[in-house]
Amino acid sequence: MANVITDETIEYVGILAKLALSEEEKEQAKADMGRMLDYIDKLAELDTTGIEPMSHVLPVQNVFREDVVTNGDESEKTLKNAPGEKDNMFMVPKTFE
Amino acid sequence: MAKQYETVIGLEVHVELATKTKIFCGCSTAFGGAPNTHTCPVCTGMPGSLPVLNRQVVNAAMAVGLATNCTITQYCKFDRKNYFYPDNPQNYQISQLYLPICRNGHVDIETSEGKKSVGIHEIHMEEDAGKLIHDEWEDCSLVDYNRSGVPLIEIVSEPDMRSAEEVIAYLEKLRMIVQYLGASDCKLNEGSMRADVNLSVREVGAETFGTRTEMKNLNSFRAITHAIAGERERQIELLESGQQVTQETRRWDDAKEYSYAMRSKEDAQDYRYFPDPDLPPIYISDEWIAQIRDSQPEFREEKMARYKTEFDIPEYDIGIITDSKHLADLFEETVAICGQPKKVSNWLMGETLRLLKEKGMDPEEICFSPENLAKLIGLVDSKAVNSTVAKEVFEVMFAEDMDPEKYVEEKGLKTVNDEGALRKAVEEVIRANPQSVADYRGGKEKAIGFLVGQTMKAMRGKADPGTVNKVLRELL
Amino acid sequence: MDILAYSAVELSAAIKQGTVTAVEAMAAVLSRIDERERDINAYVTMDREQALKAAAAVQEKIEKGELNGVLAGVPVAVKDNLCTEGMRTTCSSKILENFVPTFSAEAVVNLEKAGAVVIGKTNMDEFAMGSTTETSAYGVTRNPWNTDHVPGGSSGGSAAAVAAGECYFALGSDTGGSIRQPASFCGVVGLKPTYGTVSRYGLVAYGSSLDQIGPLTKNVADCAAVLEVIASHDVKDATSINRKEENKDTDFTAALVDDVKGMKIGIPRDYFGEGLDGEVKDAVLAAAKQLAAKGAVVEEFDLSLVAYAIPAYYTIAAAEASSNLERFDGIKYGYRAASFEGLHDMYKKTRSEGFGAEVKRRIMLGSFVLSSGYYDAYYLKALKVKAMIKNAFDDAFAKYDLILGPVAPTTAPKQGESLSDPLKMYLGDIYTISVNLAGLPAISLPCGKDSKGLPIGLQLIADSFQEKKLIQAAYTYEKQ
Repeated sequence: MANVITDETIEYVGILAKLALSEEEKEQAKADMGRMLDYIDKLAELDTTGIEPMSHVLPVQNVFREDVVTNGDESEKTLKNAPGEKDNMFMVPKTFE
Repeated sequence: MAKQYETVIGLEVHVELATKTKIFCGCSTAFGGAPNTHTCPVCTGMPGSLPVLNRQVVNAAMAVGLATNCTITQYCKFDRKNYFYPDNPQNYQISQLYLPICRNGHVDIETSEGKKSVGIHEIHMEEDAGKLIHDEWEDCSLVDYNRSGVPLIEIVSEPDMRSAEEVIAYLEKLRMIVQYLGASDCKLNEGSMRADVNLSVREVGAETFGTRTEMKNLNSFRAITHAIAGERERQIELLESGQQVTQETRRWDDAKEYSYAMRSKEDAQDYRYFPDPDLPPIYISDEWIAQIRDSQPEFREEKMARYKTEFDIPEYDIGIITDSKHLADLFEETVAICGQPKKVSNWLMGETLRLLKEKGMDPEEICFSPENLAKLIGLVDSKAVNSTVAKEVFEVMFAEDMDPEKYVEEKGLKTVNDEGALRKAVEEVIRANPQSVADYRGGKEKAIGFLVGQTMKAMRGKADPGTVNKVLRELL
Repeated sequence: MDILAYSAVELSAAIKQGTVTAVEAMAAVLSRIDERERDINAYVTMDREQALKAAAAVQEKIEKGELNGVLAGVPVAVKDNLCTEGMRTTCSSKILENFVPTFSAEAVVNLEKAGAVVIGKTNMDEFAMGSTTETSAYGVTRNPWNTDHVPGGSSGGSAAAVAAGECYFALGSDTGGSIRQPASFCGVVGLKPTYGTVSRYGLVAYGSSLDQIGPLTKNVADCAAVLEVIASHDVKDATSINRKEENKDTDFTAALVDDVKGMKIGIPRDYFGEGLDGEVKDAVLAAAKQLAAKGAVVEEFDLSLVAYAIPAYYTIAAAEASSNLERFDGIKYGYRAASFEGLHDMYKKTRSEGFGAEVKRRIMLGSFVLSSGYYDAYYLKALKVKAMIKNAFDDAFAKYDLILGPVAPTTAPKQGESLSDPLKMYLGDIYTISVNLAGLPAISLPCGKDSKGLPIGLQLIADSFQEKKLIQAAYTYEKQ
């Protein structure tokens, strides 16, 4: 099955991933994705009926922490690498509700 | 003939849980800290940080699920919901889509139309986002991550509601349940309870649902009621004019009383949910469920029924007292100490409610103890203080929760019950007020009131008005 | 003895004896770095003064008897995707060019508690996505054996630094072979532990369900010693295993025993088919013979599903990466585009300018396979295949103690030859990738050189929590 990746697909994925590609990059991306998806299609050859998708490889479950405050005021550390800061908050371009 | 339309409503209610710490880290959830003072690498999405689940969140979610007749999903996981927004530090929210912790419950409500059961589709755990503040001066926005990571449960109803009245009844019922569990203080206007309304309309008798819209920013029952009416009208207008309702999210502006679509071509609304690899699955044993079930409190209906038979107090009082779990607990605990339901009820219904209203407080915020209230009632019963003094003492107790017996001793507020001293004071008052004495003797009953007042004044309030009255009558 | 010739464990012993000091060792390393860095470019960030100061402080503690572990005083290089408090951490990406973490990764904390001294941060493929350390925003790293060739990736800087004597040992991370393959290309020892053995707290996530931190060392004894120090149960990492509670050994150095008698070793036929370079094949099979000569029982078997591991891996890794890298948005830390119009434009410009081509490629692929309509066919399908691959290994380990094979189909390729065909590059991961999918431990150790003089690596794979078997067999082979 040949995967035809269209301009729309690349646009759409760009919106999901917040990436803006140049025209050249878009062409390359279409070709690359197409080839990779063709390769990934190989998986369809395998009969996986009755197999549960395995999201966690080890049989670990029920890992919890207790409801006890362990962190104090770390605001200085939190803001240390901020590209833009004002009044102890992160500055970002205006958001609209 | 004009078409008749039915409104179909489903609700997504987010409840901020009253745990001490956030869902995935040990930061405090306390309200009101200075910006970003309750943050750490985990709740701010620093590279290399990892989430670890707060057990208490699971307990609370299960408790709410059991109280709303849900089935607990005994094997559940967290999923990542991916979307970009500055209040979301990882640009994904950890939530539950595929295996929410509770499913298939229901809540019974009562409206003017009668009783009804509203289905609960599912309840799931998730993390809250940070807060965005808009800075007019710099034409930018500012982000505070204190709220990021605060635990939420989202309660998704079936589209079973048909009117704003039903919606309000449902919300009040949910709030009652959650407050009784102590899981959250559930206040719409403070954001600890948030409701999104999903609404569609269809012709009465139609079998399928119409296209629904989602409405956000509904911060009061009033806003909800208006929004429902407004959206119903808007949708009907569209349909009547041959147009279609677009599935979209709309933001309600209660001041302007209209909604607008929150559309953005930058937002594909494709959240690409997948199981979060950083969080192992949760297996909930039968024992754990039983534990939670066993620690469920008696809910309001049962309590009301029990109060009716157990305590001889008016139904109206029962209604008010059980409206708040804290108030109900206070009532029962005080009665357990002093055994006087009517008197306890009077203090709660009278002075307590008055002060709550005056100070704009919620019953949950009452700080005086049942022991102290019982003591105060004891002081009045033994006539150690009169009712005026008792009210004054109560106001102090309401604010400071001090021991009223000690307080009365220290401040010397005890009623003087020494008949000798009393007689002396009465005699003085009679001597000093010949006109009133004459009036009384002349048949004016009311005049004795003045004389009682004067005596009370002379005794600096520390007399029992009843006794004063009696002595006065004797001497006159 | 030339101070740089010591292994890590030997150096620590010598320091304790007073033969050398930690400062001398650090100075020697820095000297070597001065000599060779121009050609190799293994390091992204280094602070010479800080390193010498830290070495002096550790030396004092050793002299006072406060530090006496097997790594005390030993200079270590740390891959640049591990957070180091106060030291710039870039993941070899422009998007983190000025990022200074406020905490250190747990593995680094464990090393520092044991007295190891961090020299600096090593170069890697950007965000660990690559097999040649050519996608770094800070220049390529070159193979010390032949600088026309790549060192492998993504832990290429770490492997090269060990091979060139620019450190005594290094930390790397392995998501699809990123420790083992550069170890094999650079002729050093590299080990990926069982998933959950080393805390991932502080490791900048790439493929969360696959990532593990591990050592790159001069020999197997060092490898075991380092693993023992960095392995720990960390409550900050919910996927961290409490090995002690599970009755799984953590005394890895106890396995440094020269003996493989009776060990059952399986060689997957599927690993020796087309695509495997002749010289690599010969070297690996020769190693198997040597182990057999020492008493191991070696036989061929069918592993199955080998061909499906790569598509399953790339689907899962890309999906997780696309999500893990969403946090890089110019708001909280790192690079922010200089000019943009509005919020979404800022996101797009920052990420498009800050990420390199390979990272963008994988983010797009990952976003696609998770997107509406494709999730079942791609992502869920890959998770099912992952389960099948795990089962295939379970079956194999019911019969064998270890699986033996090559690390990569070739020795180190030349610089500049791999990036033009990403798919071909991905196929080079064929022997290492399934190990990550199944969460198993594996080791890569030198087993010869090809006719160009480039190192060849031997891979041993064990069942979950059986690192000691790996170490024992590797140690025995090394002793030849």
